[in-house]
Amino acid sequence: MKKHSLGNRIVIYALLIAGSLFFLFPIFWMLRTSLINMGDLYQMPPKLLPDDLSWENFEQALGAYPFGRFFLNSTIITASAMLGVLFSSSVCAYSFSRIHWKGRDKVFGFILTGLMIPFFVVMIPQYVFWNALHLTDTFVPLIAPAWFGGGIFNIFLLRQFFLGIPTELDEAAKVDGAGHFRIYLQIILPIGKQAMIVVGLLTFLANWNDYLGPLAFITSESNYTLMQGLTLFQGSYSAQWHLMMAATSVIVIPSLIVFLVAQRHFIEGIAMTGIKG
Amino acid sequence: MKPLASVHERELKAERGAGQKRKFGELGFGLLFASPVLLGYVIFVIVPIAATFYLGFTSYSVGTVPKWIGFDNYASLFSGADPFFYPAVKATVYYVGLSVPLGIILSFFLAILLNQQVAGKSFFRGVFYLPVIIPLAASSMVWMWLLQPDFGIVNYALDALHLPTSRWLGDTTSVVPTLILFSFWTLGNTIVIFLAGLQGIPAHLYEAIELDGGNRLHKLIYITIPMSSSIIFFNTVIAFINGFQTFVQPAVMTQGGPNNASLLYVLYLFNEGFKSSRMGSASAISVLLFLVIMLFTAAIFYFSKSLVYYEGKEERR
Repeated sequence: MKKHSLGNRIVIYALLIAGSLFFLFPIFWMLRTSLINMGDLYQMPPKLLPDDLSWENFEQALGAYPFGRFFLNSTIITASAMLGVLFSSSVCAYSFSRIHWKGRDKVFGFILTGLMIPFFVVMIPQYVFWNALHLTDTFVPLIAPAWFGGGIFNIFLLRQFFLGIPTELDEAAKVDGAGHFRIYLQIILPIGKQAMIVVGLLTFLANWNDYLGPLAFITSESNYTLMQGLTLFQGSYSAQWHLMMAATSVIVIPSLIVFLVAQRHFIEGIAMTGIKG
Repeated sequence: MKPLASVHERELKAERGAGQKRKFGELGFGLLFASPVLLGYVIFVIVPIAATFYLGFTSYSVGTVPKWIGFDNYASLFSGADPFFYPAVKATVYYVGLSVPLGIILSFFLAILLNQQVAGKSFFRGVFYLPVIIPLAASSMVWMWLLQPDFGIVNYALDALHLPTSRWLGDTTSVVPTLILFSFWTLGNTIVIFLAGLQGIPAHLYEAIELDGGNRLHKLIYITIPMSSSIIFFNTVIAFINGFQTFVQPAVMTQGGPNNASLLYVLYLFNEGFKSSRMGSASAISVLLFLVIMLFTAAIFYFSKSLVYYEGKEERR
């Protein structure tokens, strides 16, 4: 691609910077408000930066509710779901890409229709189902689906990737007497590491950030996730924006860290699913 | 000679046996390895959908026995006996009808912008994607604070620039447009998918247009848009399906208010099932959502045949 003229370049940079402000400013304002003291909160004109950082906002916000408990709950759910998704979606993707069984592609095509089914359509029967098993208000309804295929989208993504691995590798392993379990474990998984990382990251975000699932299945406060904790907080501190923003920041920071560490994988992963869709 | 032949025969037999065994084995292993999703599909998709259709014909709340009432749930929705159904449909059509096309145009434009040769390209891409990874419940709170009518920074800035301010989420006329504005903040996924598509367009096409004396607009109309049509289509389908399911934003920011102006369909569905514990009626509401999404997907697929250009047909099944 050739270089732009100066005038064009100015326009492009102006638009990029304006766009960046739109995307970044809310995050900046959240952090700024989380560190401002009550007195300056409603001051007009608003201060762009707090004079001195009120770290005690965090103490006060997190002390108001058992956020430590919520944090632990979110961590347990997210970690269990990630394990489940990584295991079950890769095993299933292996079946749909590396094992030649009769009717395989038809079955996969059928299962793909599940991508179009909104969670809201199955939400009520799922609740009834878990309730009949006395498992509502536990983490099971939030974790179990991860161990049963872990989302059709993830299988689709991994299958695309596994299909690209040369079949000669399996053939050679078969000649050496390796079965499917060994081929899956010792050939496909190591080569597919990149795709597994993408699936793991997407699963982390989907579960850590999930709001609807806990809202539907979890009722007692001791089982609340961070997202539920946040809305609990909103109910009782609605005017204390500095405390609300402190609590919000704490919830956002794990996602932010994961993103900053693995930004490349995220963007590649999304792009991968888009063009190969 | 004899032993030799028998060895040969034995080998043949063994081979045949192994072949048979492998044939069976492949199906067996295939099903074994696929069993999590096969089971999961039955437990979490097929049976629940059937149950949703069934429960839609019943009066039911958890702890009671479903009572068959035929089409009464649907009748009560369409006749307006349920005061929330039409407001929910109206809010949803308004929200989806505006946010999807505007979002697609905006994200396509931003993707083209991010595809230019500039310094700090990957930084800008990261920034535009960043909001996607932030929990929606959290960013909803942040936006409530930004848009707080009296002390929010947005109204303050508008006022300082002598521009009209707004009650944003607090007014029946402005609440849906505000939700749409917020939806633009989380366009990152769509932008990245567009961006990947743009990078797949061969440079020689642009060079050809340049040789013919074409300008920027020609490139956009004759190359970029047609070459991206399959991705525009893909993103539009996804955006509609996601748009109909917008839940967290109104659930956290407005609870459907003021005066049900932002009572998006799935929030209404959730309230009906979990707050009012009318699971039968909520199932009927789900069935309608299911039908609309299916119809929508089918219609877009149907119409797209004449509109969409696929490069290398064999890549698509």
